This record gives sequence, structure tokens and C-alpha cells, in this order.
Amino acid sequence: MSDNPLRDAIDEAIKENDVILFMKGTPEAPACGFSARTVAALEALKAPFAAVDILPDPRIRQELSGLSGWPTIPQLFVHGELVGGADIVAELYETGELADVLGIDEAPQDAPSEAPTGVAPGAPMDIENRLN
Amino acid sequence: MPTVDEIKQRIEAAIPESQADVEDWTGGGDHFRAVVVSPAFAGMTRIQQHQMVYAVFGAEIGGPIHALSLKTQEN
Repeated sequence: MSDNPLRDAIDEAIKENDVILFMKGTPEAPACGFSARTVAALEALKAPFAAVDILPDPRIRQELSGLSGWPTIPQLFVHGELVGGADIVAELYETGELADVLGIDEAPQDAPSEAPTGVAPGAPMDIENRLN
Repeated sequence: MPTVDEIKQRIEAAIPESQADVEDWTGGGDHFRAVVVSPAFAGMTRIQQHQMVYAVFGAEIGGPIHALSLKTQEN
């Protein structure tokens, strides 16, 4: 643990969630076109993911970019590794590589998803709690 | 406020033998889109390629440059 609890919380959330998206707004109500595009790609593949809204506290973005070395939002992490922002996720989606990166089979549109939905909804809460 | 030409020149000056096509995405002078082609990208992941371009602008990304949408290719 460092003396930076917020950075530790972000680091922990990235490690604890197989797929985690730091975005502006929420998956239901994205607050930026780039975040919306990224959510749309994940949802098209029915990929379960945790999401963190970085808007409530500017320090989240500051610490996140400090950790990842990536300046913009959104940022998608899979198994603790930065996959990219909106451009890279869109490119991976278009080439069909995103499903591989996420480790999921490209399921038919109407097939029931076997993957658990809403992985670790506690992650965003943890971060918010530590801000209080 | 950086201009399209300025962004193009800075990328091409910083990344060896690169060619950058930059456009002002929204017309507002703060959302840009760039296609950057350089042999220097060989052997790098997309993340590393994009980071190399972002590094040219440092803290300006997210500041005066609200967004720089990238597509990188090696040649």
C-alpha cells in the first residue's frame, strides 16, 4: 500500500475485475461520445464488465492516468492490463479481435449469456466510499 | 489553442519518418483526429503506438486538446 488511498483503490479495482471500464457517466447514461462508443462495443459482445464513472471526482482521472500512462477517458482494462481507449476498442471490435481480448466466444445475438452479468458491482462503490 | 497544422508538425517532428494526417473533428479546435503512419511503430502494440503519439503532447491532452482520436499504422 502506498500513502495514496485513491490510487490504491483504483489499482485494486483494476486487479479485482476481469474487465473494467473507466468512463464518463454510466453504461446506462454515458456522458461522452467516446465512452458511449466503448460501452456499445462491449455490450454488442455481451461482455460483462465493471464500470467506474470518473466524473464525480477529478482526482480519479488524475490518479488513473498516473497509473496507466494513458491521458484520456475511457480506459478499458482486461485482466489488469490496459487494452486501450475508445479508438483502440473500436478498432479491435471492427476487426473481431475484441472478443479474443475479452476471452469470450462471439455469441449469437439471442443466445442466453452464460457469463455472469454485473461482475463485481462493488468496485465503483469501493472507490466512491473511499472518497467520502 | 493548437491548430491542425501545429499538431501535424509536432507529431512528424517527434516520430521518426512519420506522416500525420490531422483533422479538426468538430470544428471547435479542441477535438482532433489523426492518422499517423511511421516505420517506428514496427513491433509495438497499439497501446504503445498511441502512447508514443500522446507523449508528444503530454498534459495538453485533456487540457487544450480535449481529445485526440488516433489511428496508427506502421509502414
